[in-house]
Amino acid sequence: MLETAPTPPASGEASHSERAAAARRRTRRPRSLGVAALAWTVGLVFFFPVLWMFLTGFKHESEASTTPPTWLFVPTFDQFRAILGRDFLPYFLNSLTASVLSTVLVVVLAVPAAYALSLAPVRRWKDALFFFISTRMMPPVAIILPLYIIANNIGLLDNVTMLSVVYTVMNLPIAVWMIRSFLVELPAEVLEASRVDGASIGTEIRRIILPMIAPGVAATALICFIFAWNEFFFAVSLTSTKAATVPVFLTGFITAEGLFLAQLSAASMMAALPVILAGWVAQKWLVRGLSLGAVK
Amino acid sequence: MATITYEAATRFYPGSERPAVDGLEISIEDGEFLVLVGPSGCGKSTSLRMLAGLEDVDEGAIRIGDRDVTTLAPGRRDVAMVFQSYALYPHMNVAENMAFALEMAKMPKQERRRRVREAARILDLEPFLDRKPKSLSGGQRQRVAMGRAIVREPQAFLMDEPLSNLDAKLRVSTRSQIAALQKRLGVTTVYVTHDQVEAMTMGDRVAVLNEGVLQQCDSPRALYQRPANAFVAGFIGSPAMNIREFAVHDGHARIGDRDVEVSDELRAALADEGLDRVLLGFRPESVDLVGPSEGFTASVQLVEELGADAYLYCSIAGTDHAGDPDIVTRIDPARPPRVGETVHLRVRAGHEHAFSPVTGERLSS
Repeated sequence: MLETAPTPPASGEASHSERAAAARRRTRRPRSLGVAALAWTVGLVFFFPVLWMFLTGFKHESEASTTPPTWLFVPTFDQFRAILGRDFLPYFLNSLTASVLSTVLVVVLAVPAAYALSLAPVRRWKDALFFFISTRMMPPVAIILPLYIIANNIGLLDNVTMLSVVYTVMNLPIAVWMIRSFLVELPAEVLEASRVDGASIGTEIRRIILPMIAPGVAATALICFIFAWNEFFFAVSLTSTKAATVPVFLTGFITAEGLFLAQLSAASMMAALPVILAGWVAQKWLVRGLSLGAVK
Repeated sequence: MATITYEAATRFYPGSERPAVDGLEISIEDGEFLVLVGPSGCGKSTSLRMLAGLEDVDEGAIRIGDRDVTTLAPGRRDVAMVFQSYALYPHMNVAENMAFALEMAKMPKQERRRRVREAARILDLEPFLDRKPKSLSGGQRQRVAMGRAIVREPQAFLMDEPLSNLDAKLRVSTRSQIAALQKRLGVTTVYVTHDQVEAMTMGDRVAVLNEGVLQQCDSPRALYQRPANAFVAGFIGSPAMNIREFAVHDGHARIGDRDVEVSDELRAALADEGLDRVLLGFRPESVDLVGPSEGFTASVQLVEELGADAYLYCSIAGTDHAGDPDIVTRIDPARPPRVGETVHLRVRAGHEHAFSPVTGERLSS
């Protein structure tokens, strides 16, 4: 037995509201289409180098630098195999150690520092804040010589620990400024409530402040991680073989005999992976709105 | 539960010449509900925060019971505070919010849970114990803030305008609930508000502050009936008391186009002070409409009908300030005069309050 399916209303029977909505869609369409097209174009322009790097990484060296560019090719994992064969792993581990260690150190030091510059301001906190950021005003090249001599004297040349310390110092001012900006936004009454409830400064920071500024701390940590991961100048100046990082490794493909573009692309891809991964992990913490409902 | 004593407590804010709270002297009895009231910037919140330990006491002392808490950290004073913004911990659920202070006091988990459940029962919060503050309504958040104070069973409750974020209707019902709860728990309470209706309806005693100085601390009725100075007289009561300065000659005050005899007592007080002018105050309900031959003449500028009551805003004939209404009077709402009409008013004998125009202090007894 056949059942009759309910027929959709003919266009003439559509309700007024549906028709009005359709009319609105029609009038809005050309403009929103233009905006969408522009957004896609800009997005693709930004994304294209990444895509080209991705594609080139799977090419043979002979296909990588042709004119005109090769679009159709048989993908190969040869370049990745070659990179892993060239001892990529130690460089990768050096980068990871320096970036993670410095990021952890930065956050651990920046939170109390920011606290002392915002919620319980020390004397002359404005000067202290300016001093922090002023250390970033000098170009790194201006301090590389003393830094090199110090590292040499204390026997920490070509050492990941040295690099971690340098990255910590490099990122600390930005982290203090960022975390301070999150702290000054905290509702003062919530912190006072915790004090009346009997929380010590340590408990207040751990149990009340940190959970409330978690998104900000995540954003700060992500930025510090990326800066440390991509840092090249200090790495190439202070390390040689034992403690060299991924950016140093990448320059190894730019040789006197020529540019190994396909291998460089494959290596760059592997170098970019942890940052992409870190961004993806931090995403869940970056969501704002955790402090909603505290006051009012 | 304990007594609370402010002993000449003074607070200077850095960079300010004038103290925010100037030599505050109040003794609050065990279990008493004291309201601090006054206009913005009068020092009422600062006084409360000094008691909580959130503000330094620069001079004088504060005692809770027989403990001198002047320099004690907030957490060691054994007081619980309800903030204007509620100040709930946004990342903790209702139960965790209420239990936080108990956890800080290292109370066993079992007892913590019992107290939280008991407070939730009293405040009708049982269905919400697992919710985060952001998913609660304003009224529910306010109750969580109350619950956070109740579970601690503290020596004193400190409340800083806890109702000002609620809508008008909820404010009225919560007002009576808080007053009833305080009576039931019998915990000494200091309550700050700028709303004189809240002050009058909730407090056992009300302390009126202005510019950091305590003006008067007394029962609501005494504040209303015998204000100590012109400020308290003008602040307590709505519509405000009519307070005007009048010249006094030969025992008569010149009100508009008529001389009104002043009492012998006031005459003596004026003579003592060497004054020929007086600040006279009378409440809107102490002014009667009378026949044309009596009282003083005034013209009606505005009639405010509120249903149960009606208020006349009049200007007194023969006064130079023609713009503002000089006098507000409560009348029978059944037959209100029309705007522009001339009426005759008389202040009920014995219902006037006299203050010195120099100091503002009360002259009559």
